[in-house]
Amino acid sequence: MSSEDSQANNSDEEIPKHGLQGPHPDERPHPTGRRNSQGIRIDPEVEAEHSPRRAVISALVEDEPGVLSRVSGLVSRRQFNIESLTVGPTTVDGHSRLTMVVEEPDPGIDQIEKQLAKLKPVIAVGELDDDMVRTELVLLKVEGEEPDKVHAVTDMYEGKTLDAGPRTITVQLTGDEQKIDDAVDAFRQFGIIEIARTGQTALARGDQATVPGEEPGTSGEPTTPANYDD
Amino acid sequence: MSEPAPPTRDDDEADGATDATGESEPESESESESTDPTPVTTGASSVIRALENAGVEAAFGVQGGAIMPIYDALYDSDIRHVTMAHEQGAAHAADAFGVVRNEPGVCLATSGPGATNLVTGIADANMDSDGVLALTGQVPSGMVGSDAFQETDTIGVTTPITKHNYFADDADAVGDTVGEAFALAGEGRPGPTLVDLPKDVTQGGTDREPGPAETPKTTTPKTVPDDDAVAAAARAIEDAERPLMLLGGGVIKADAAEEARAFAREFGIPVVTTMPGIGSFPEDDELCLSWAGMHGTGYANMAVTHTDVLVAVGTRFDDRLTGGIDTFAPEAEVVHIDIDPAEISKNVHADYPVIGDAGNALDALSSEIAADPDTEEWREQCLTWKDEYPMDYATPEDEPLKPQFVVECLDEATSDRAIVTSGVGQHQMWAAQYWTFTEPRTWVSSHGLGTMGYGLPSAIGARLAAEDDQEVVCVDGDGSFLMTIQELSVAVREELDITVAVLNNEYIGMVRQWQDAFFEGRHMAAEYNWCPEFDKLAEAFGARGWRVDDYDEVADAVEEAIDYDGPSVIDFHIDPRENVYPMVASGGANGKFALSEDQL
Ligand SMILES: Cc1ncc(C[n+]2csc(CCOP(=O)(O)OP(=O)(O)O)c2C)c(N)n1
Repeated sequence: MSSEDSQANNSDEEIPKHGLQGPHPDERPHPTGRRNSQGIRIDPEVEAEHSPRRAVISALVEDEPGVLSRVSGLVSRRQFNIESLTVGPTTVDGHSRLTMVVEEPDPGIDQIEKQLAKLKPVIAVGELDDDMVRTELVLLKVEGEEPDKVHAVTDMYEGKTLDAGPRTITVQLTGDEQKIDDAVDAFRQFGIIEIARTGQTALARGDQATVPGEEPGTSGEPTTPANYDD
Repeated sequence: MSEPAPPTRDDDEADGATDATGESEPESESESESTDPTPVTTGASSVIRALENAGVEAAFGVQGGAIMPIYDALYDSDIRHVTMAHEQGAAHAADAFGVVRNEPGVCLATSGPGATNLVTGIADANMDSDGVLALTGQVPSGMVGSDAFQETDTIGVTTPITKHNYFADDADAVGDTVGEAFALAGEGRPGPTLVDLPKDVTQGGTDREPGPAETPKTTTPKTVPDDDAVAAAARAIEDAERPLMLLGGGVIKADAAEEARAFAREFGIPVVTTMPGIGSFPEDDELCLSWAGMHGTGYANMAVTHTDVLVAVGTRFDDRLTGGIDTFAPEAEVVHIDIDPAEISKNVHADYPVIGDAGNALDALSSEIAADPDTEEWREQCLTWKDEYPMDYATPEDEPLKPQFVVECLDEATSDRAIVTSGVGQHQMWAAQYWTFTEPRTWVSSHGLGTMGYGLPSAIGARLAAEDDQEVVCVDGDGSFLMTIQELSVAVREELDITVAVLNNEYIGMVRQWQDAFFEGRHMAAEYNWCPEFDKLAEAFGARGWRVDDYDEVADAVEEAIDYDGPSVIDFHIDPRENVYPMVASGGANGKFALSEDQL
C-alpha cells in the first residue's frame, strides 16, 4: 500500500509531503557582525580580544577533607592555566585561605572566580589588586664548595642558611617572585642541586578585605559568604 | 518541596520503652507505624528519616553488600523503592523522576561496581542540571584505602560530575548530611549530589533524628536580581528592533514558563528555545519558532542569526546550540538571565547580565520596560522564515516508512501533557522536531551528555512521577534501546504503562549520518543489522510487542499500544537511509544550516 493512501486514511491533509526546502545556504541573507573566540561581539571600533595576564586569586574555604583536590580538580578540568596554589589555616577555626596565581585572559580569570565560588566549601573568593602584599618561600640546595660565597649571596637576598654540610648548603629565601627569580639566578653559579618553591601567598594591603566580605579574623568570627542573603 | 516538621523523638517516652515497667511498652512495630514513625536507631535509619523529612516518595536502585543497611532501613519506610536492572537505569530513572516532578530524584547503589554503574547517569544529570541525590554504599571506614572488596574511590570518581559530594563518616551526622545533599541538589541551579555511606556508619548506632533538609549557607544563590542590571537590560530591550527570546532548560527548572510566556506575549517578542528548553513555550504559538541549534528549525536558526537583542534565559550556550561562537547571534547584544553567575559570559559574552531566579528576573524586567519595542516588522520576518523553511519531510511511495511520520502519529494519538523520553541519536532529533510540545516537563531527554540508553529508564522514572492521565512515550533508537533494554523487566514487574516506540533503522543512525556527510560514506561499525526482533523480545520480557513496516499499520499499532495498560514496544522499521535535517555543521554558522546532504 502506498504511503499516499495510508495518509489519506489518517487525515485529509495535503499529501505527499515534499521534504525540507528553502534557499540554499549561500542565497540566504547573512549579517556582517562577528564575535571573537571569547564570545564577545566585535564592535567595529574596539576589537575586544583579551590577552592573558597574571592574577592572584584568594579564596576563603571551609577546611574540610578534599577541599584542595576539589579546587585543583576544578581548575585542571576546565583547562585554566594555574601557576601556583598555596593553602593554610586562618585565625578562624575551620577556615583556610587558598591563594592561587593564574595566567589567563580576563574572561578566564572571571570564570575561575565564579566557578570557585560555586564549590560548596568555598566561602568567598576575590582577585587581589596590584597593591597586595605577597610573598613566596623557596628552599635552595646548592653545591657546598664555596661556603663563603654562598653565604654572601644568601645575605644579599636576606636569606637564611638552614643546613650546611661538607657537600651541600640549603638556604631559605622569601620575597616576591622577582626577587626569588633573581636569587635563583644568582645561586646558579654554585650549582643548584634541588629547589622547592611554595608558590605565592598574598593578602590585601591595609584595611582592605582580602576576599569580599571578609572580617578581620582576630575575632574568630566566621566570614559570611559573599552571596549569602539572610 | 514539602517540609513536614521533623518527627521529634520524645526522650522520656523512648526511655520508657526500654524500662521494664511494661507500661510504656506499646511502642510495638505495628502501632508506631500508624502513630509515630519508628525512632532512629542507626545511621541507616536516620538516612531514611532524612529522605522522608524531605518528602521523598520514590527511590531507584540495586541492592548490594555495602548498601544493605540502607535497604534494611527502607524496609520499614513508605518510600517506594524500585529495583532497577542496572544502576545506570537507577540514575536515569531518578533523573527523569526529578525532571517531571521538578524536585531531586533519588537513586541508590552499592559500593564499587554499583557506584561506578551510576556514574553515567550522574554525569548526565550534571550536564543537564538535573537534581539527583545518589546514595552509595562504601566499604567500612576502617577499610577505606586498602583496596578492599568492592571498594572504589567514589568521591574521587564523582567529584567532577557532581554539584557536591559527601563522605559520611559519622552515624550521628549522616541524616543531616543526606538532608543537606538533597536540598543542595534542588537549590538554585539544580544538579546531582552524592553521599558515600561507609557500612560501619550506616550500621552504627545513633538516636539522632535528622533536622529538616537545609542547604549549606555557602551555596545560597542570589534569587533577586540587581535593580541596575534589570534597568540596563530593560533599556536594551526597549531599543531593540529585532528582539528574540532564547529559553533554556533553566526556565523550566525555575518554574518560570508562565513568566516567560507572559513576557514574550506582552512585548511581542518571538521565541526560540534550546533543546532542554522545549516545552517552556508552546510550539504551536505563533510567536514560537521552536528550537535552535544543530538540528533545530531553519526559522529558529535564522532568527538567532539576525536578532539584535537576544534575551537568553536559563541557558548555558552549549556548542550544539551556538554552532561556531564567532557566528552566533553575530549582531546581537545579549541579555543573559541566569541563577548561576558562572554561566554569565562563559561561552557567549553577556552585555546585560541579570543574575537571579528566572521568574523574578522576567517579572522585574517586565515592569521596568517603559516603552514596548516595535517588533512588528521583525515578527513578520520570522513568519516569512517559517514559510520559507518549513519542517517537512517526503513520503515517496517507493521508500520505507519515514520516522517523522511515526512521531507525528504518536503525537496525534496522545494528549498535550504526554511525556516523551528518548535515547540519543537521530530518533531523538526527530522526536524533538516533529512532536509539538506545549507544556514544560513533557520532554525528558539526555541533552548535554547525549547518553544512549537514557530513554527506557527515564520513561520508568517519568511514569512514576507523572500523573495517571499523562501518557509516557519513549521514542528510542535500536542502538539506544539495546543499551538499557533490560529495564523492560522492571517496567513489566512494576506494571508501568509505558509505550516504547523504537525507530529501528538497523543502524546507529546518527553515526551513519555523519559518516555519510564527513567520512565518505564509510560505514565503519555503524550497522546494527544484528538487532533482535524487539516485538518478540518485548513479549519475552512479558510486555506487549508490535512490529510495523508500513504506513497503514502505524495508526492501529500506536492506538493499541497507547491503550494497553502496561509496557508496550512498537518496533517501527523505518527507512534506514533517512537523515536528520536541517543540520548545522558542527562549529558552523547557525544561519548556514543544510537542508540536505549536498548542502553540507
Ligand atoms: C553511550 C553512548 N555511546 C555512544 C554514543 C555515540 N552515538 C551518538 S548517536 C549514536 C547512534 C545512536 O543510534 P540509535 O540509538 O540506533 O539511534 P538512531 O541514530 O539510529 O536513531 C551513537 C553511537 C552515545 N551518544 N552514547
